[in-house]
Amino acid sequence: MKLPLIALLALMATPALAQQVAAPVPAPAPAAQPTEEGGLSGEVSDESDWQDLGIAIPAFATDANVPTQASAGSTAATGIAVAQVITADLKNNGLFKPVGPDPLPRPAFEQVQAPDYGTWSGRSAEMLVQGYVRANGDGNLTVGCYLYDVALKQQLAKAGWVVPPADWRRAAHKCADVVYARLSGESPFFDSRVAYIAETGTKDRRMKRLAVMDSDGANHRFITTGQATALTPRFSPDYGSILYLSYLNGNPRIYVYDLERNTQRLLVQSTNPTFAPRWSPDGKWVLYSMAIGGNTDIYKISSSGGTAQKLTDSPGIDIGGSFSPDGSRIVFESDRSGSQQVYVMNADGTNQQRISFFGGRSATPEWSPRGDQIAFTHIGGNFRIAIMSPAGQSMRYLTDSWQDEAPTWAPNGRVIQFFRTARGSGKASIWQVDLTGRNERRLPTPVDGSDPAWGPIRP
Amino acid sequence: MTNRTSIGAIALAIAASAALGACAKKPPAQLPPDPGGAVATTSDTTPGTMTTGPAAGSQADFVAQMTGQDTIYFDTDRYNVDSSDAAALTAQAQWLLKYPAKRVTIEGHCDERGTREYNLALGERRANAAKNYLVSLGVDAARITTVSYGKERPVALGSDEDAWAKNRRAVTVTID
Repeated sequence: MKLPLIALLALMATPALAQQVAAPVPAPAPAAQPTEEGGLSGEVSDESDWQDLGIAIPAFATDANVPTQASAGSTAATGIAVAQVITADLKNNGLFKPVGPDPLPRPAFEQVQAPDYGTWSGRSAEMLVQGYVRANGDGNLTVGCYLYDVALKQQLAKAGWVVPPADWRRAAHKCADVVYARLSGESPFFDSRVAYIAETGTKDRRMKRLAVMDSDGANHRFITTGQATALTPRFSPDYGSILYLSYLNGNPRIYVYDLERNTQRLLVQSTNPTFAPRWSPDGKWVLYSMAIGGNTDIYKISSSGGTAQKLTDSPGIDIGGSFSPDGSRIVFESDRSGSQQVYVMNADGTNQQRISFFGGRSATPEWSPRGDQIAFTHIGGNFRIAIMSPAGQSMRYLTDSWQDEAPTWAPNGRVIQFFRTARGSGKASIWQVDLTGRNERRLPTPVDGSDPAWGPIRP
Repeated sequence: MTNRTSIGAIALAIAASAALGACAKKPPAQLPPDPGGAVATTSDTTPGTMTTGPAAGSQADFVAQMTGQDTIYFDTDRYNVDSSDAAALTAQAQWLLKYPAKRVTIEGHCDERGTREYNLALGERRANAAKNYLVSLGVDAARITTVSYGKERPVALGSDEDAWAKNRRAVTVTID
């Protein structure tokens, strides 16, 4: 399966008014950068005011309501669905209080670039997100996305994308990303995917399947059949393949699953068990852990093959590992001190130092894509998701439940997914929390889920 | 269960537990369910003998002979072989030395109160601890393979200390 790439294009001007407005600026990257005068940038940790920011997201307009190949239906129906997806993204993120298309009047196509500000200020909307869906002659869709400040009567951002009909949700996520980035000052993250383990069956005979989905749970797909237990997937940075552990042939070993060819191969030709696969941020390296005679150490190998380099050499269990964004350092887990704790080392294995000194145990460290935080599982009685600085300072809990484990970062380093296991039943579910710890919610999955692994923002 | 083999096994178990009476640790009061129950009731296929139990040297025979000592148990986060484990492994070794053609897999397991990947490594370490002890008793290392299931295959389904104690285990399974 080839993940389709879309062209991120400057909006080709909305047809009817194209000649009356200034030529639109190319939207892609600049939209992520807040401007000084906007006064809208802020720390995510100061989001209390944001909760009250009213954002109206009416149904996207269309120049002509025609059938499309999109699952949402015609251009008009897709326009409603796009607004719903944007609303859900912004609402679930917890920072905003968006109002979706259902109770709102639908702007005419001509109003997309000339909002009726009176209508929206009368509804106490401070921000307005609107746009259009247009069917192109070649079967693709053009989706335009505009963000307006209602009080200032000012356009804050705009962008447009040409997408195959099957990818209409990506355009909606891209639009939500534009709005989120412009208003929060953070990098986008909605247009991304998650690999995880889908679980069914009783506690002693759980079937565990590799599965993938969009960051909001849509476009779900099972990858493996469940005949062999699958665990701990990791998307490659280009979304072309997944590293994961499988009990295929009875022994736990790491496989590389090719999502385009639907084939897989062993990462390492060895009869020893291999666990805990990890990509480097540039996709050129893979970390894995291998047990020899019961002793587990961390190795590094080129993703194109070759000879592995052994990075750790303690008699204890050294396992996992997560590269810093620049690839120069690795945070990992070791019980060499007598219990699971978090260590950092250089990418060549030198200068190994423990950084977790919080009492209890500290496990499953994951370096933020921004580099400023390390998320991990803190075990002290219950299992809780926590973050700390790369120096092991400023430890802070984000969750409080019986058993939360295995955090994975959103591409912008501002949101974390993890899995929660219920006491007794053992049922697992995937949850999401932001760095304030206040906006926590469960992700919709068709069956139980564990081991989420968030991929990067899609191009 | 009236055949001599079973009586002998019970006598061995009583002797073992008497010898370990001073040990404060484990094993759980209630043994895990026998995974090979259906196999264990299979009658001896060897004609013309008096026994009606499992075929000598079979996995069913091993389970019947071990009376629970096919499994050893560990403390939280530990993988050391203590005295009761040693008694169980000694019984296993005696059986294995009696049937030198048999191969075994030792399955290492953990309780649910550990992170997934660490438990995979810990289960492997537990299985290897059991393997190394059998080797020290004279069992050829080439006859023993290990596999870790981490916390993926619990036998006790509760979320309490009793269940966790039963799940922190290494199970020796002979390959028929």
